Amino acid sequence: MNKVDLSVNIGGLKLKNPVLLASGTVGYGNEIAEFTDLNKLGGIVTKSLSLKPRKGNPPQRIVETPSGMLNAIGLANVGVETFIKEKIPFLKKIDTTLICNIAASSVEEYVECVHILNDEETIKAFEINVSCPNVKEGGLEFGNDLNAVGRITEKVRNVTKKPIIIKLSPNVSRISDFARVVKENGGNAVSAINTLVGTSFDIYTRKPRIKNVTGGLSGPAIKPVALAKVLEIKRNIDIPIIGIGGIMNWKDAVEMMIVGASAFQIGTVNFINPNAGVEILNGLNSFCMENSIKNISDITGSYQI
Amino acid sequence: MYIEKAFVESVERLDEETYLMKVFSPAIACIAKPGQFCNIKVSENDFPLLRRPFSICNVEGDYAFFLFDIHGEGTKILSLKKNGDTVELLGPLGKGFIYDDDYETAVIVAGGLGTAPFPFLIKNISDEKNIICLVGGRSKKQIITYGLKNIAIATDNGSEGFKGTVIDLLKEEVKNISKKKFRIFACGPNAMLKELQKYSIENNFDCQISVECAMACGFGICQGCPVDSANGESYLLVCKDGPVFNANEVKL
Repeated sequence: MNKVDLSVNIGGLKLKNPVLLASGTVGYGNEIAEFTDLNKLGGIVTKSLSLKPRKGNPPQRIVETPSGMLNAIGLANVGVETFIKEKIPFLKKIDTTLICNIAASSVEEYVECVHILNDEETIKAFEINVSCPNVKEGGLEFGNDLNAVGRITEKVRNVTKKPIIIKLSPNVSRISDFARVVKENGGNAVSAINTLVGTSFDIYTRKPRIKNVTGGLSGPAIKPVALAKVLEIKRNIDIPIIGIGGIMNWKDAVEMMIVGASAFQIGTVNFINPNAGVEILNGLNSFCMENSIKNISDITGSYQI
Repeated sequence: MYIEKAFVESVERLDEETYLMKVFSPAIACIAKPGQFCNIKVSENDFPLLRRPFSICNVEGDYAFFLFDIHGEGTKILSLKKNGDTVELLGPLGKGFIYDDDYETAVIVAGGLGTAPFPFLIKNISDEKNIICLVGGRSKKQIITYGLKNIAIATDNGSEGFKGTVIDLLKEEVKNISKKKFRIFACGPNAMLKELQKYSIENNFDCQISVECAMACGFGICQGCPVDSANGESYLLVCKDGPVFNANEVKL
């Protein structure tokens, strides 16, 4: 069989393949580049950026849980200005699509960040984080509020022509309502899901095992939730979806695409196997060859229910 | 840095609670430096999910050694490894000890499993320098002296050696060596390091501490292992900026 066409198109954003590294699991690219060839990947999503640098939460920030981990990093980041000065030069040299993730504490801050970063040619799209569970003003309240998500999408749309992806929270009753609002206000795609709110306690000290008390649950534990949320969006709203949640290997990735994802992000697995993206890509390619799939995008939403 | 699938040569039980694992990992063994660590995947499946960080205890030719006790599920799995089994090492990681420059005596201060990085350090310190090792634990049971030399022991309950903390013992020892130029290298529980840090800053001692912290990735992308910088203005990462810090660099 001939070569598989691995490229995908997400609301105007063209990727050479559907493998993206999720925000907060790849830093600004330089550390993970020691272990993997970023040039092979469809794209990378930067650590959430805010207008000013953020120190992040005090330790302990992470704890392992059954088939998953909780994190409450608290959006630690270098801020937009330092990002442009110190991080973009490295990212410029990588032949992959750069998506900038933005986290903010007000609608104005989202707009300001996108406005400043919009001139950077290296940045091909924005992922708007309206769903960080670990910072009070970091989006969770926005992510729970249909009007706020609509307003942020609309205001950001006004300052950029680049594709806008809204990263949705799973901590809501109907995620598809949020996807609808994104679509109605000019968003190009949604990514789903961000982490689920969870906690863990030490039974002897009776204290929370992370300082922030609650954190965001990620890893294989959340994969079934992610699949259900992506499927819910797919069955109700016509908008491209980037699937995220618990993908550890190429089979998980295929499953995520079957329920409706046009592309997907891998996160927690990068901490364990920083070369996972390339391995998943190879697995996907073989799967397509073996099953005579010419275009990988044919898998998207191909569920048989 | 490498990701290296390594064959286990042996897991030796050194005492009731302490194990020493020897693995064949030529790529990592040949570039590792004292004080660095490896983040180890103990199983081939997703349980346990995360890697576990371990100090590189020693290196002999193509082999690396790791010292551990059974702390949870991950270390339990490690303790059951047999010759020919595999583990996957990611390393060597972090910044190690600085030990090559100008001082006469290396004073090693280890609490419990904090002994782990020192056999490798001791092997690499020049023969022209003196080395003394102060080892502490709650009782005789927690004293680990593997790979150390010129050892003095302190136990909280006096069941072996000096009765008191290893820092109390250090204060005694310093009286004998204070005229010589010395450097302290320390690793152990946070409470011990905190006490040592206070003491060494007050006396302006040259002191390096190896800090322990739960972590996910081990190389700086998860941001899960922050430690306060001395001025409190920013966080440093134990995995990348450490695990070895100057005592005056961080706030524990």
